[in-house]
Amino acid sequence: MSLKTLIAASAALLAATCSSFAADSIKIGEINHYKRLAAFAEPYKKGIELAQKEINDAGGVLDRPLEFIFRDDNGKPGDAVKIAEELMTREGAVMLTGSILSNVGLAIASLAGEKGYIYLAAEPLADALVWESGNPYTFRLRTSTYVQAALLAEEAAKTDAIRYATIAPNYAYGTAAVAAFKENLKKLKPEVEFVSEQWPALFKIDAGSEVQAIEAAKPDAIYNVTFGPDLQKFVREGSLRGLFDDRKVYGLLTGEPEYLDPLGDEAPEGWFVTGYPWYGFTEGPAKDFVDAYMAAYPDETPKIGSLVGYMTVKSIAAALKKAGSTETPALLAAFEDLKVDTPMGEIVYRGIDNQSTMGAYVGTTALKDGKGVMVDWSYKDPVPYMPSDEEIKAKRPAE
Amino acid sequence: MGLFVAQILTGLANAAALFLVASGLSLIFGVTRIVNFAHGSLYMLGAYFGITLMNTLPGAFGFWSAILLSGLIIGLIGVIIEICVLRPVYRAPELFQLVATFGVILVIQDLALMIWGAEDRLGPRAPGLKSVVRIMGEPVPQYDLALIAITPFILLGLWWLITKTRIGILVRAATQDREMVGALGVNQSWLFTGVFFLGSALAGLGGAIQLPKGGADLLMDLNIISSVFVVVVIGGMGSIPGAFVASVLISVLNVFGVAYLPQSTLVLMYVVMAVVLLLRPYGLFGREEKAGEHGQAGEPDRPIRPAGLYGRIAVAALLAVLALIPVFSGSFTQVLLTDIIIFCLFAASLQFMLSTGGLVSFGHAAYFGGGAYAAALLVSYSDTPMEIAFMFAPLAAGLLAILFGWFCIRLSGVYFAMLTLAFSQLIWSAAFQWYEVTGGDDGLVNIWPAKWLSGTNAYYYFTLIVGVGGIILLRHLTHAPIGYALRGTRDSARQAEATGINVKLIQWTAFSIAGALAGLAGGLFVFSKGSIFPNELEIAKSFDALIVVFLGGVKTLSGGVVGAGFMEVAKDWLTRLEYWRLILGLVIIGVVIIAPDGIVGTLRKVSERIGLRRTEEFMK
Amino acid sequence: MNAVLKVSGLNRFFGGIQAVKDVTFEVAPGELKALIGPNGAGKSTCFNMLMGQLPPSSGKVFLNGEEITGKPPRDIWRRGVGRTFQITGTYQSMTVAENVQMALMSHHRRIFAIRPYAYKLYREEAMALLEIVGMADQADRACAILAYGDLKRLELAIALANEPTLLLMDEPTAGMAPKERIRLMQLTADIVRERGVSVLFTEHDMDVVFAHAHHIMVLNRGELIAEGTATEVRNNKKVQEVYLGGGMLFNKEDTHA
Ligand SMILES: Nc1ncnc2c1ncn2[C@@H]1O[C@H](COP(=O)(O)OP(=O)(O)O)[C@@H](O)[C@H]1O
Ligand SMILES: [Mg+2]
Repeated sequence: MSLKTLIAASAALLAATCSSFAADSIKIGEINHYKRLAAFAEPYKKGIELAQKEINDAGGVLDRPLEFIFRDDNGKPGDAVKIAEELMTREGAVMLTGSILSNVGLAIASLAGEKGYIYLAAEPLADALVWESGNPYTFRLRTSTYVQAALLAEEAAKTDAIRYATIAPNYAYGTAAVAAFKENLKKLKPEVEFVSEQWPALFKIDAGSEVQAIEAAKPDAIYNVTFGPDLQKFVREGSLRGLFDDRKVYGLLTGEPEYLDPLGDEAPEGWFVTGYPWYGFTEGPAKDFVDAYMAAYPDETPKIGSLVGYMTVKSIAAALKKAGSTETPALLAAFEDLKVDTPMGEIVYRGIDNQSTMGAYVGTTALKDGKGVMVDWSYKDPVPYMPSDEEIKAKRPAE
Repeated sequence: MGLFVAQILTGLANAAALFLVASGLSLIFGVTRIVNFAHGSLYMLGAYFGITLMNTLPGAFGFWSAILLSGLIIGLIGVIIEICVLRPVYRAPELFQLVATFGVILVIQDLALMIWGAEDRLGPRAPGLKSVVRIMGEPVPQYDLALIAITPFILLGLWWLITKTRIGILVRAATQDREMVGALGVNQSWLFTGVFFLGSALAGLGGAIQLPKGGADLLMDLNIISSVFVVVVIGGMGSIPGAFVASVLISVLNVFGVAYLPQSTLVLMYVVMAVVLLLRPYGLFGREEKAGEHGQAGEPDRPIRPAGLYGRIAVAALLAVLALIPVFSGSFTQVLLTDIIIFCLFAASLQFMLSTGGLVSFGHAAYFGGGAYAAALLVSYSDTPMEIAFMFAPLAAGLLAILFGWFCIRLSGVYFAMLTLAFSQLIWSAAFQWYEVTGGDDGLVNIWPAKWLSGTNAYYYFTLIVGVGGIILLRHLTHAPIGYALRGTRDSARQAEATGINVKLIQWTAFSIAGALAGLAGGLFVFSKGSIFPNELEIAKSFDALIVVFLGGVKTLSGGVVGAGFMEVAKDWLTRLEYWRLILGLVIIGVVIIAPDGIVGTLRKVSERIGLRRTEEFMK
Repeated sequence: MNAVLKVSGLNRFFGGIQAVKDVTFEVAPGELKALIGPNGAGKSTCFNMLMGQLPPSSGKVFLNGEEITGKPPRDIWRRGVGRTFQITGTYQSMTVAENVQMALMSHHRRIFAIRPYAYKLYREEAMALLEIVGMADQADRACAILAYGDLKRLELAIALANEPTLLLMDEPTAGMAPKERIRLMQLTADIVRERGVSVLFTEHDMDVVFAHAHHIMVLNRGELIAEGTATEVRNNKKVQEVYLGGGMLFNKEDTHA
């Protein structure tokens, strides 16, 4: 080979790789609170990066690499809206995803509906995203709060507990989680009473007094929605003061590693919770994901955020593949009843409310090797627990 | 009865950490007059260091040494902050230092994330104090009893330090009269450093001592700071016994709030604070401030003149460029500029009362968010056309300012600031908690402009006209008799009263005008974003505006606008980076040190010194 | 002849201390009256009660026959009382002329006007007043950079802005050079003569007092101990006692008489 052809060839190759990466990648705008809520955002981002790498190693989507543009909004809805505009109009993103906080998710969703951008809300817990404030452009991956609360209510109804106390952070998610639990439990067991409702300010719990107040009401069982630092303090004070002795406790999200891990050997035992028992998988796609994750990040164990991040990318890739294009109308059509293979099995983005059928693991907490784990867990398909189609249609604004 | 006693004990135990942190802040404020926002960050660092040390040092001895060592380390960190960041800016206008402490918060947040990682840490439990004691049948944690026992000793120790030692006498002298310390021949800067050490160490101790009841996480810095402010204000700024009484009051009240008013725990604290301030304007143990102690210090403001011909041409040229932006730039530039203009208007409205009137508000977000919410509520509940809802924003914010202003103007200085803060927190908690109406944390969404304004272009022009119009209006008012009267009340209230000017009425008017224009900015904001959430009413939002006014130059007319523009652009750039908070914090600290008169003020001085600009006539 | 200012039985306590005791006096139209007394005698406290900066503990103040006790300073000012302070309180961030314009805007009730620019309002009138006190050449300097004596003259110009019938001047020449003092007092005397204004002033410098005051009152420990013409006061036993320590009254008398 002459020098000339070598140069020409390498120049061509260089040009090809450059252009294929620069011009051809499919960009997805990912907005999150990487700093403000680092504890949740970091595993989520790692899940995204893992899936992104897997997909790109396998040739990308539509023969183009998938590229996530990560941007920090510092947890402010106003900033998120601005960044969303930038990602869509300047960076050339084909759709948006991201946010953990419900309010940021709702703000982006509102923008998406107004401007016709597609937004996949992966993590936010507010059901308003797909119901009261839903719009055709907004999709939601994560299991709805309503369903998770219903799963716990179903279990609670099986016991003979009548007097319930609830404790939930005093903001929209907490209120919704308590309302859903009450609604479902009353439906299954009309004689239950709610004897105490505690509403600590988010991340400002005064755990000692909360525990005293609940104890004073002498409930048979407790429904817990607190998480993060609030949960730590609540569990510690509650265990210390014997609040959980001889009482059934139902914990929303309490079994998620994000919340259970920091509790270490103080993790409560015998609570019935929703969560993510990654350590219990022995085979199948769920186990494959755990292995891949731990191979990619040897110092880490997967969190629920990692799984959600991973499933977000899989969903977007599936939508792109189905659409065969990156144009919004095609993508929008593709998301309609989109089927995605995920570590949790196949999920569907339901045409009726744009909510995915990602389910939830429920189980009982226990201590193993000085760490909190979920035992006797099972995977629950959310569909039977969702409100009826008529109820959902009534909730969603007319299109 | 048993429960009642147990509840009181819980309250007393909770008061321990709060008292430590609050007494530190109170000391620092009393002596240096610095409102140290970074105090919560020191508390957070205390918790992280505490955990690290407790995990290394064994046993009960290790546990308690870890607490003391954390205090020591945080005290030293406080000294570093004082020497590197605050000392260079002591001569700057009063309250300017709070900008620097804001930078420190950002830096510490990122450093803590780098060092300790993102995961929440559960605090180790105190060896030997891991169970409960039954008192009248109720379980009371042993560690709670230990805290209850320790706190009075700390109070006594501080009391002894302040009243019986030489350094304490100096501290008291400085708290009461700053000039006196200079007269006593004391090296003021070392006194300040010493006080910073002590105050920071107390914050560190507070962070470490609460570990067995909680842990360490990256949000605890901002989560504690508002309660600490409330305690310091209720107790009286600078008073250690005040901080103690107020910590106990707030903690015990909170325990009963949790038991009997579980939904309203958010507001309770601020209601108490507002009531205390209205009945005892200087807090329970505070001392009346001498006039002129706040707001105006350092060299006086310069006389002002409306912009001359060149200035007007420059502004016209800038506006022409802004008007042409849509022609030669992409739509995101307009989105970004829309944000910047709105923030500039918000900052300008604060600057009107803050710079021109010397009225330092810590709660200006109430009017920005209040206006935005007013418009959004109209749209959500009565399908009001956007045009009318938009006009309602400044109106509602103005009315709110008239109402709150009536109370606030009765106070002055830092107590005025704190009452504005209390009111803004009341509005915030109303928006947050009144779920049925405001949607709580989920806010109000789908608040978009009318058809004719719905494109990015159209809304950009709308914002440009309204926003710039608002800024020009404020500037005009500054040069009008009302603005002069306002400056008069700031420069010398006595003289103003003695020449027929109703000082309180002028201040009230200015407060209301500033509120209305903040509401106008809020109206622009809500329709540009399409949604509104309680975070636009948060303390952080108020401080955003405060910080850019100081950063731009509190003793200038355009400081707020320039500072706001600078900050928005800096944020837009820096948030793309991994450690953007660290960098932004350092940038802020850098600007503060390089430009102690703010960006505009310092540019003016520098350009005069190097001859680029003539010294103004009146300064000769 | 009706008194411009009539004060009867004025008392003021600060905690347990009585700073002003049962003070009663009158100021006649066109009168230049001095209130003298050692430091801490209660002169400033008296002034503060006359113009409403302090409410009296008891007693009454009448201006042109109307009671003004306890009214806020701004009301009393509107009724035609001008005042200068022992420690000046001019607006530091404004120019000399603007300080006077500010008072004029208030006098003409244009404070809440939003047009025109304040610096243009009543500029001529302000310059005329500054001319009177000899400050016209400094009209456009910032107050913050003025010498103290100039500030005192500026205060006088401001005090004249509302065409007062009564001027209260608390130590108008404090901090001035001796020559300047004489000039300022001469100026005040001229104003009294030309405009028919009544002036009540306190003063340390006895030269100034004896040279210009029509009447002199002596305050000691809050009590009026003497009142009369210069000679009467000088020969008063009690006054001699009070001033024996300081001695200045009599030294000065010796050199001048
Ligand atoms: N605000 C105040 N509080 C307490 N004492 C005061 C106050 N103002 C003045 N005094 C006291 O009243 C007395 C008279 O003071 P003042 O009227 O200033 O005297 P003068 O002007 O004659 O020098 C002094 O003893 C002074 O200490
Ligand atoms: Mg005096």
